[in-house]
Amino acid sequence: MSGIPADIKKDFPVLQQQVHDKPLIYLDSGNTSQKPQAVIDAMSDYYETTNANVHRGSYDLAVRATDALEGARSKVARFINAPAINEVVFTKNATEAFNLLARSWGATNLGPGDAVVISEMEHHANIVPWHMLAAEKGFELRWIPVTSDGHLDLSDLDTFLDGAKLVSVTAMSNVLGTLNDIPRLAEAAHAVGALLAVDGSQYVPHVPTDVQAMGADFLIFTGHKMLGPMGIGVLWAHAELLEAMPPFLGGGEMILNVTKEGFTTTEIPWKFEAGTPMVAEAVGLGAAIDYLAELGMDNVRAHEIELTDYALRTLNERYGDRIVIHGPQVATERGGVLSFVYGDPDMRVHPHDIAQVLDQAGVCVRAGHHCAKPLLQTMKVPATSRASVYVYNDESDIDALADALEASGDIFAF
Amino acid sequence: MPGLDDLYREVILDHYRSPRNQGELETPPAVRTEGFNPLCGDEVIVYIDVDDDNVITDVAIGGQGCSISQASASMMSAAIKGKSVTEARRFIAAFKGLMSIHEGELGGDGSEAEMGIDAIAAGDEGGPAIKLGDLEALKGVVKFPVRIKCATLSWNTLAQALDQAAADA
Repeated sequence: MSGIPADIKKDFPVLQQQVHDKPLIYLDSGNTSQKPQAVIDAMSDYYETTNANVHRGSYDLAVRATDALEGARSKVARFINAPAINEVVFTKNATEAFNLLARSWGATNLGPGDAVVISEMEHHANIVPWHMLAAEKGFELRWIPVTSDGHLDLSDLDTFLDGAKLVSVTAMSNVLGTLNDIPRLAEAAHAVGALLAVDGSQYVPHVPTDVQAMGADFLIFTGHKMLGPMGIGVLWAHAELLEAMPPFLGGGEMILNVTKEGFTTTEIPWKFEAGTPMVAEAVGLGAAIDYLAELGMDNVRAHEIELTDYALRTLNERYGDRIVIHGPQVATERGGVLSFVYGDPDMRVHPHDIAQVLDQAGVCVRAGHHCAKPLLQTMKVPATSRASVYVYNDESDIDALADALEASGDIFAF
Repeated sequence: MPGLDDLYREVILDHYRSPRNQGELETPPAVRTEGFNPLCGDEVIVYIDVDDDNVITDVAIGGQGCSISQASASMMSAAIKGKSVTEARRFIAAFKGLMSIHEGELGGDGSEAEMGIDAIAAGDEGGPAIKLGDLEALKGVVKFPVRIKCATLSWNTLAQALDQAAADA
C-alpha cells in the first residue's frame, strides 16, 4: 500500500456532496485540484487574524502578514529544493509565469537567428507566449515531435538544439501523462549553451521535485493543481538569471526608487512582483505544501502509480478495443492523467458526449483539447476525454468511471 | 432535474448517426465558412449555394463534433435547403430564440423572452411564422447550458456564410 490514508477523502469538504443524486467522483485534478480543509482554514485564518498589506507596514499586524507571505515562499523553496528562497517568484498562475519568462528573459535574449525549442506536447501556456514574442523578435520556434506511443522523439535532438538559446518543455504531459527525461534535456541544452525551462504544472503536484537534480534553469508551476488556491503560481530560476532579467510588470512593490526621470528596481524576487501580492493565496499554497509534505511526496507518487496501473488494467480489461488510452501504457512511465477515446472502434463517442453522460453519474472528467491543440493535431484526434487522479482518489473512483462509461455506450450505440 | 433523455432525444441521435447533407460543395460558386468552438475543439464547415433569386439551392456540412453540434448542423441543413436567404436568417433568429427562451427561464425572466421569440418567429415583415419542426427537439439543450454553444455553432457559421454570400453577390 502507498501510505496514503484510506479515509483521506474526509479532508476534502467539496468531495462530501452528491450531484444528480450520486456521490461526486472528482477525476479532473489535472485541470484543478480540490482543497483540503487545512488549506481553506489557513486562508480564512489569515484573513481573520493577520491581514494587512505587506512589506510596507510599520506595525505588528503588517509584520505578521509579511512573515506569512515570506514564510510561504520559503516553504515553496524547500518543496522544490531550491538553492535559495529569493529564487522563488510568485505569479498569478503558470501562464503568467511563462509570460514573465518570455517578456523578461526572452525579450532581452532572443532575436533573429536564435531558436527556442519546445515540444508538441506543450500546454498552450508554453506555446502562445513564444508565438507572441517570436512575431516581435524574429527568432525561430522549433517543435520536438512526439512518437506514436506518446514520448518525446529525441532522435534528432542535436539538430533541434543547433543554435538554440532556450529549451522549454513540460516535465509531464497534461494530455498523455508522459514523464519526460528532464535531466537528459538539461544536459543536452547546457552542452550547446542553451537554458532549460521546465513546465512543472502537472509534475510538481504529483512527483517529488528537486530543481537541482533536474538541472533546470527555470521551473514553472501553479498552486491550484497542488491542493492550493487559484491565483498563485511560481517561477523559480537561479538567482543570477533573475538578477540579470529586467522587470516584467511595473508599479508598486517592485521598485527601489522612483523619480520624475525614472525608477530603479528592488532586489529579487520582489523585482518581479509588482503591486499588492496574493498573500492569502500564498498562505494557502504554504498550507497545501505542508499537507503534501505530511503525506510524503514519495507516498503521493506511489499512490498514483498504483491507481494509474489499476485504471489502465480495469479499463483495458473491461472494454478491450472499445477504449484507447493515450500515452505510455506503463504506470511508472507516466502520471495519472488518462486521456482516452471510447466507443465502437469505427465510431467513437464524442468526448463531449462522454463527459455529459459521466456527469449524470456524478463523475467529473474533462473533455476537449486540454489547451494542447498542436498535440491533438499530431495525435489526429479533435478531442479526448481525460480522467486525472490525485491523492484523494481511490479504486472506487476508477470503478465508478468504468461503470459510467457503459451508459455512454448504451446511448450512442449504432 | 433534467435527465439525459431531455438532451439525447431520438431525433437528435438519428441526425447524429445519419447526418443529412454531409460533404462539400465546389467553391465558387458555393460559399464556405468555418466555425470553431474553442472550448472543446469542435469545428463545423458550412457550404451554401445561393442563386440570383437569393434562394439557398444547396447546402453541405463538413467538420466534426459532438452529437449535439452535429445533429444541430444536420437539422439546420435540412431546414434551410431550398429556402430564401431571408427565411434562413429568420430560422437563425428563431433557433437562437429557442436556445435563449430557456436561458431566460433559468434566470427567472422567461415570459418576456418568450414574447420576443414569438415576434422573431412571426417575422419582422409579417411573414408566416417559422416552424422549427425537428429542431424543437434541441430545446432540451438549454437545460445543459454548457452545450448551448454546441447547438448554436453551425447556426453562427451559417450566419457568416449568408453574410459572405451577400458580400460576394
